[in-house]
Amino acid sequence: MLSKEEVKKIAHLARIELSEAEVEKFQKDLSVVLDYVEELKNAPVSIVGNLDPAHEVTGLVNVVREDKVEIADNHEEIFGQAPEIKDGYFKVKAIL
Amino acid sequence: MNFEFLEISELRKLLDDKKVSSVELTKYFLDRIKKQNPELNAFITVTEEEALRQAQDADKFIGTPGDNPPLCGIPFAAKDLFCTRGIRTTAASKILDNYIPPYDSTVIAKLKEQKGVLLGKTNLDQFAHGSSGETSAYGPTKNPWDISRMPGGSSSGSAAAVAAGLSPWALATETGGSIRQPASLSGISGWKPTYGRVSRYGVVAMGSSLDSPGVVGYSVSDLALLAEVISGLDRFDSTTGQVEVPQYSKNLDSNLKGVKIGVPKEYFVEGMEEGIKKGVMDAIEELKKAGAEIKEVSLPNTKYGSLVYAIICPSEVSSNLARYDGIRYGHTAHATAKDLMQVYMKSRAEGFGDEAKRRILTGTYVLSAGYYDAYYKKAQAMRKVIIDEFHNIFKEVDVLACPSTPNVAAKLGKAADNPLHGYIADQLNIPGSLAGLPALSVPCGFSRPTDGETPAMDGLPVGLQIIGPQWGEQKVFNVGYAFQQLTGWHKKHPKT
Repeated sequence: MLSKEEVKKIAHLARIELSEAEVEKFQKDLSVVLDYVEELKNAPVSIVGNLDPAHEVTGLVNVVREDKVEIADNHEEIFGQAPEIKDGYFKVKAIL
Repeated sequence: MNFEFLEISELRKLLDDKKVSSVELTKYFLDRIKKQNPELNAFITVTEEEALRQAQDADKFIGTPGDNPPLCGIPFAAKDLFCTRGIRTTAASKILDNYIPPYDSTVIAKLKEQKGVLLGKTNLDQFAHGSSGETSAYGPTKNPWDISRMPGGSSSGSAAAVAAGLSPWALATETGGSIRQPASLSGISGWKPTYGRVSRYGVVAMGSSLDSPGVVGYSVSDLALLAEVISGLDRFDSTTGQVEVPQYSKNLDSNLKGVKIGVPKEYFVEGMEEGIKKGVMDAIEELKKAGAEIKEVSLPNTKYGSLVYAIICPSEVSSNLARYDGIRYGHTAHATAKDLMQVYMKSRAEGFGDEAKRRILTGTYVLSAGYYDAYYKKAQAMRKVIIDEFHNIFKEVDVLACPSTPNVAAKLGKAADNPLHGYIADQLNIPGSLAGLPALSVPCGFSRPTDGETPAMDGLPVGLQIIGPQWGEQKVFNVGYAFQQLTGWHKKHPKT
């Protein structure tokens, strides 16, 4: 089972605050999932040597389009969703 | 006159012949929603005003039969994962509870061009994370065949709405089973497109290498027509437009002579209900009698599908859901947080449900330093093995036929607090999703549940899954269409 510290560490990496009860719950839940995928270790493929992973299925390489500026007509709709804006920018809290 | 359970072609004729107006049709379905939705909880948002306005507009537009866009004036529902400009889009999550998209998803824009009429936004598993509808922040959707049971998920509301006759068809999405599985458990037809066939632009993202927007409806001929409308190149989704969109519905061919259908033995898994096996084997026998060549085949790595998915899906989820930061839109802790870190930590803590948190944390873990090779890299390598396995089998057969699910609809509550529910419920759909293949689920019978009584007279719906090669939509539509010409399972509906 994952330790509490491990769960807290990944929760911080994922930027989700967890209560103590949640830490315990996810300790168990994550362990269930990780135990479940354990069998993948026996899968008939090696990750060393001639690895040929599939990150996607389309076979596409570098789809490009013209780099053209277009005017959006929905500024108000976009900024209207934010808790705070200033001079046409999203305003955030102090970083440090 | 009753309009529920009519196919799109039937509604088209009624509208073109002026036997009914789009406004009348729209009111009819809105009325059914009003009566039945409190019990079924299939809709999160009903867009009554907007729907009636769109219907009036469609009525003005409807002219000579034959000239009208095929979906003009026909009501539909959309999974609440498709962004609709000016209409709240929640993904069934609290973090997007107040989100009003400033733009339409490409699929919605295409339907607006057709002058289709949007009745409302349907319930789903939160962020499409789930296979039961139970992870929704707006409560679970009920199965119209037996309201003590789940309709399947994640497209729970779309499946239940169509099954109950609240909407003639509905937009749905699949990442790993979310169309086929609820279509099967709710007794309707569902199409999961080839990855890249239908644009993902404006569809709330889950697993970007897997997400495939599609549809549920009453017949394969409806699905083929809808596929023609919503497929194709979109400059906002660079995985689209690689292969031209055929005229699927015009090309429908029910002649099965010479069609090679593979039956993969690994899809008849241990623990599968006998009634499912029987329903599907009977269906395959029908196809055989009509001239199809049936061949038992083997896909030995099928069992690894769900394991690979249990790593790849949360990995992509953890990346996609990083965008919910409490700064630009959605739920925010801005008012009370002291600094930016707290805005992130608290907005996400308050806004995400358990399942979203579980997947984000799982994904973050398997992608983190020290575990990446053992989990993510291994899963991607295995994904390639699964893709190659399908590729080779389609050198021998045209399509695969097998069950859509191992069980009929389970009791509500079965999925709650079982972190593995989805990986097991969707195990027969996931391998095809990993390979980006097109597939259908079509109703093929009924089976008594093994986990208790059901008021549904003949038991609960069983689905036949038909899987085709990449871009092979026409092949799966043809076999599904042929099956529906031979049998009447798709014409069975729950008592409402």
